[in-house]
Amino acid sequence: MTNSDPIRFAHRHLLDIARLNATDINQILSLAEHYAEIARTPDKKRDLLRGKTQINLFFENSTRTRTSFELAGKRLGADVINMSVGSSSVKKGETLIDTAMTLNAMHPDVLVIRHGDSGAPHLLAQKVDCAVINGGDGSHEHPTQALLDALTIRRRKGRLEGLIVAICGDIQHSRVARSNIALLNIMGARVRIVGPTTLIPSNAAKMGVEVYNKMSEGLKDADIVMMLRLQTERMQGSFVPSIREYFHFFGLNKEKLSVAKKDALIMHPGPMNRGVEIDSEIADDLNISAISEQVEMGVAVRMACLDLLSREIVE
Amino acid sequence: MSKPIRALINARLLDPATNSDTQGGVLIEKGKILDWGTQITKDTLPDGAKIEDCNGYCLAPGLVDAHAYLCEPGKEHRETMATAGMAAAAGGVTTINAFPATEPVIDDPALVEMVQRRAKNSCAVKVCITGALTKGLLGEEMAEMGLLSEAGVVAVSDGQFAIQNINLMRRALAYSTMFDLPIIVHAEDPALAAGGVITGGRTATFMGLKSVPTCAEAILVERDIRLVKMTGARWHAAHLSTGDALDTMRRAKNDGLNVTAGTAPHYHALNDLELGEYRTFARVSPPLREEEERLAVIEGIKDGTIDIISSQHLPQSADSKRVPFAQAKPGVIGLETMLPVSLRLYHNGDVDLLRLLHTMTVAPAKLLGLEAGAIRKGADADLFLFDTEKPWQVDGDALLSKSKNTAFDGHLLQGRVLKTFVRGKAVFEL
Repeated sequence: MTNSDPIRFAHRHLLDIARLNATDINQILSLAEHYAEIARTPDKKRDLLRGKTQINLFFENSTRTRTSFELAGKRLGADVINMSVGSSSVKKGETLIDTAMTLNAMHPDVLVIRHGDSGAPHLLAQKVDCAVINGGDGSHEHPTQALLDALTIRRRKGRLEGLIVAICGDIQHSRVARSNIALLNIMGARVRIVGPTTLIPSNAAKMGVEVYNKMSEGLKDADIVMMLRLQTERMQGSFVPSIREYFHFFGLNKEKLSVAKKDALIMHPGPMNRGVEIDSEIADDLNISAISEQVEMGVAVRMACLDLLSREIVE
Repeated sequence: MSKPIRALINARLLDPATNSDTQGGVLIEKGKILDWGTQITKDTLPDGAKIEDCNGYCLAPGLVDAHAYLCEPGKEHRETMATAGMAAAAGGVTTINAFPATEPVIDDPALVEMVQRRAKNSCAVKVCITGALTKGLLGEEMAEMGLLSEAGVVAVSDGQFAIQNINLMRRALAYSTMFDLPIIVHAEDPALAAGGVITGGRTATFMGLKSVPTCAEAILVERDIRLVKMTGARWHAAHLSTGDALDTMRRAKNDGLNVTAGTAPHYHALNDLELGEYRTFARVSPPLREEEERLAVIEGIKDGTIDIISSQHLPQSADSKRVPFAQAKPGVIGLETMLPVSLRLYHNGDVDLLRLLHTMTVAPAKLLGLEAGAIRKGADADLFLFDTEKPWQVDGDALLSKSKNTAFDGHLLQGRVLKTFVRGKAVFEL
């Protein structure tokens, strides 16, 4: 499936994984495979989105996600504009809707938004005429991260269905976790979440996951171990007592990993806190760590999303 | 060369764990209980056994004091491991749960090991350790409960300080469940209690002292119980002193929550009239209550709402008590008098002897996860012999604690510890 053989995507926006089905996800992943191959050739540029405008509207600091979206848009030939909160009129007190209306008047084709509040992309999508991609909203979802994780797993393991995936760390505040839980459940994986009680949301089991507070139990026989970043402000006595205690009980090292499957794959959405949630001996071991590959797949997945959402919707 | 078997015979054996009250004896070998029961008599002893006749006095498992401040390290002018150990032994206490309000505060796993070592070297009785709930007992950041637990603490607590920040309390309770550590709380709303030195009521009004309303206790218990319901944590109120708080506890226990309550001898034996003439030696926190609350505490012990009686032993130097009332530090010593004072409940017919002992043996051992508080084959021979009837008058200066701040100086008590054994070794004899 390539763009010369356009098949329409069933959604106008990519707001969250929860509203996609397995067909949608497979469609994105298959197209992303194709872009991953192109990205490994010398001629990476296509002109599929020539003449189209992509605005990256980032209300939160981001390096890798914004760069990844920017590169994806540019490789498809779009004109890409980056707006970050520091330089925007938001600082002058403009509301999200006013910002949206202003941008809308410039006739963009795709808006990528990252915002600190859950649901901000959904509000924006109601107000603009173009496609909206959620680049991460509060503690809600980060759909392209889950898609790139899924692509990475699929390439390494050949499938998603039936795999035991342990997502470890700060589940409570993690949009990456929520998107991954949704996607992996749709695709038939067995999802576990592992973390301290203070960082596991109440009613977590209702998300269709098994909940663990001990790494030795949660990682047992896991095919995939996804580590989440722990924000600095949460490790000094508010949610966990200290970095050393967190690392002692929840930091991934070879010993804790030893109960997982022998060929278990380690993932991390970045940026990593070495010595907090992950030991360097694991993060840097290319045989077990898929962390660089995740970044590579990020561009491919975002190209696929931009491609699919820019296609004319033919009724 | 093996040590001979020792036999304590002709005793009234009281074992609250099995609810048994019989005549008999105990055989001790290498510090452990080899056997016990009615069958152990003068005529059935193994050859070469060293006999001690208990003359019909009560022999019970050594008391487990769930709440005491040992002051070492850092406050050795008030108490040391050695003096606390002597006082405990004289009170029939064979295990002390030491609270973390030392200097430095026990909020670091390395300190746990240090305190354990000191206790082993210089304390006549066993010491287990309660670690800090928050760093420095400041009520701001959770202490390293997991590492403390691995270092061997049996519970966590901020001692005399209640956590003001309800969100912190919520997280601490949730966090503690991972290590199955009970959180022991000082049940008194800190804002309502701030600056108060006496219970709200008639005495406070006449004496012109800033008071703590009785509801400060029930409000904190109510708050925490709701958090316990949400988090499923193990929670223990160190010392309840009011009827309203006990009613809340009754409801929580009926709801099946994992909560327990304690009190101290001064709350069932004394009321706020003790503070007449501004007696700083009876200043405690929470403060001594009015008579109706004291009766409610006895009711709580009777019906089991109160699980544990602990000494709340808090040594204070004479200098910090011989000051105007509001400036005096709260706290009383209690290791030596916990049992004799509590025997009043037995003599008055409020509770039977086994039930009373249960609150100082089985119940605290269960809370703290200790192999103690029962006469059991194979267990350490931690036992004490006492006379329920012997009358005596408390002489504060004659007590063995380094500090003499007892609230019972001059009181006439009935019942006294005669001898105490830790791992079969006599550590006290009257």
